Amino acid sequence: MEMEGALATVELKRRPRPHAIAYLISLVCYGLMLLPLVAIIFYSFLAPGDASDASQWSFTWDWYQALSHDESILEALTTSLIVAVVASLGSTSIGLLGALALHRSQFSRSELVSGLATLPLALPELVLGLASVIWFGTIGLSLGINSVIIGHITLTTAYVVTVINARLTDFDSAVIDAASDLGATPWQVARRVTIPLLAPAIGAGAMMAFTLSFDDFMISFFTAGVDHDTLPMRIYSMIRFGINREIYALSTVLILLTITGLGVSSWLRRRSI
Amino acid sequence: MAMLSIRQISKRFGAHNALRDASLDLGSGEFFSILGPSGCGKSTLLRILGGFEAPDSGSICLDGKDITRLLPSERPTNMVFQRYALFPHLSVAENVGFSLSLQKKVTASDRRRRIDEALALVAMDGLGERSVQSLSGGQQQRVALARAIICRPRVLLLDEPLSALDLQLRLRMQVELRALQRRLGMTFVFVTHDQGEALSMSDRMAVINGGHIEQVGTPSALYDRPATDFVASFLGTMNRVPVQFHAPCEHSANHVWVELTGGQRLRARWSEGTTMPPSGALVSMLVRPEKMGIREDCHGSTPRMTEAGDELTLSCRVADMAFHGATTQITGQLHDVDISVTATHLNRDGLPVGLGQGSRVRLVVKTEHILIAPDNARN
Repeated sequence: MEMEGALATVELKRRPRPHAIAYLISLVCYGLMLLPLVAIIFYSFLAPGDASDASQWSFTWDWYQALSHDESILEALTTSLIVAVVASLGSTSIGLLGALALHRSQFSRSELVSGLATLPLALPELVLGLASVIWFGTIGLSLGINSVIIGHITLTTAYVVTVINARLTDFDSAVIDAASDLGATPWQVARRVTIPLLAPAIGAGAMMAFTLSFDDFMISFFTAGVDHDTLPMRIYSMIRFGINREIYALSTVLILLTITGLGVSSWLRRRSI
Repeated sequence: MAMLSIRQISKRFGAHNALRDASLDLGSGEFFSILGPSGCGKSTLLRILGGFEAPDSGSICLDGKDITRLLPSERPTNMVFQRYALFPHLSVAENVGFSLSLQKKVTASDRRRRIDEALALVAMDGLGERSVQSLSGGQQQRVALARAIICRPRVLLLDEPLSALDLQLRLRMQVELRALQRRLGMTFVFVTHDQGEALSMSDRMAVINGGHIEQVGTPSALYDRPATDFVASFLGTMNRVPVQFHAPCEHSANHVWVELTGGQRLRARWSEGTTMPPSGALVSMLVRPEKMGIREDCHGSTPRMTEAGDELTLSCRVADMAFHGATTQITGQLHDVDISVTATHLNRDGLPVGLGQGSRVRLVVKTEHILIAPDNARN
């Protein structure tokens, strides 16, 4: 017995701590991934001067002030916000109904249908954008803010369906039976039971859709036509004339908005009912 | 007379026949159990009664009105679901009062009064403000019950409501459920796979197997006079002794003659719904352990019948005795056929003198307690 105990102790001591190396590797990976973002944020506050000499660093809000006075950027921001709000509302409604239909259907091909519904997740956005613009041309839809919204809804609906579907898999559909057993009409069931229970997932899906739409470049680029630049498109066209600190400031705004959106989305998703 | 009348309900799921021509008549205020193994169609039948599934054919009449095609919300039935299906986002009181909150004509004060009343009925007074997730399994069960009875449905449907509870609680809930049913005078349709529950709680019960209703009757009728091999084997335990089929009885349908070793003939009931084999084929004689009386002496040849043909005597060597307090379980080898049987002796007057391992005893069975079934009919 004692021998065994001693052996076990040795065994424990000899074994390397498995987490330390893993932690280190992930730390390095994340560091390398995030460093450029941190650099952008850092530069966005840096006053003009020699950036390589740390002793001359001084920080300023100037770039942000410049941004807030740049008409074209404010216009792009407005366009982006309108597109993101409308697209997330649209894709959340469509995605909610779609996910519910997929969940409730005993249709033998619902696997196929759900695969198709989430296909835009896997498709290159380039293809999606190109296909959209060709399609809009075919049906005679003029390019502008409407076509951007429709293009974004195509993409973000897939995400909403995925997020709500994940919630539905551990959703006890007996509560829907229970509600209708107790006298609720289908509308009352939706309003009093299904939607309240799915609220976190609906919110998470909407936030996700908002963030994706707000960040999207490729689909917007193809479907916006002229005069309807979104914020990422604006940044892109600014870069063509050289990178300046305003772009850093603008990128920082985008980064913060995205992190906030994703954060809210994952917080909502993890909130269990 | 029947309040709820179920006529030839059939339901298929793809290639699976969930229910075949199920017919039942339920009286008002009856505690009726539907018992069967899992997948036998009992839950499907309950879901059809509740309106959650539509039958492929057949009809359901409640108080003389055809309700077959009505939505769950339009039926005067309510259901207690297997895993309760409480609304997790609502409080206990909101759960219980859900159906009332849908009715505009019920005032808020009236609703509160009726919620309190329903909670009191299930001994949950004062817990209305709690969240349902903070409740124990037993308490959730009570909330589900209160929620289902608050509108006083004509029929309460219960889908294995006690199966998720531990044994102690289940036994207590059995008693409470029965008491509640008597107090409300409500018709309960109780689905279970637990024979003990069905036997102890029901006024009448149906045993269902493979989508087919095997037998309907009072618990004691089903236990004492099972009509089919399945009912006999599913309820309680059964000894199966191989005997030879001789011929159908010429005087009464359902009865047959079989031949025991030594040429002794015996007339007993034949299991319903099965075709009779040719003469000489092997069949099973089914007898419950506690229907076999144990006598110490073993004189005379066995097996033998009484003059009137109403009692069979078998001879057996005791292989094992297990004392259970109220009863003693005796396992032994039947003389001549080398078949193991168990007999349950009620220890009211003590054990027969001299009974022990290796001793020979006589087992006495009334022929009315014997069922003859095809040899391999189990399942």
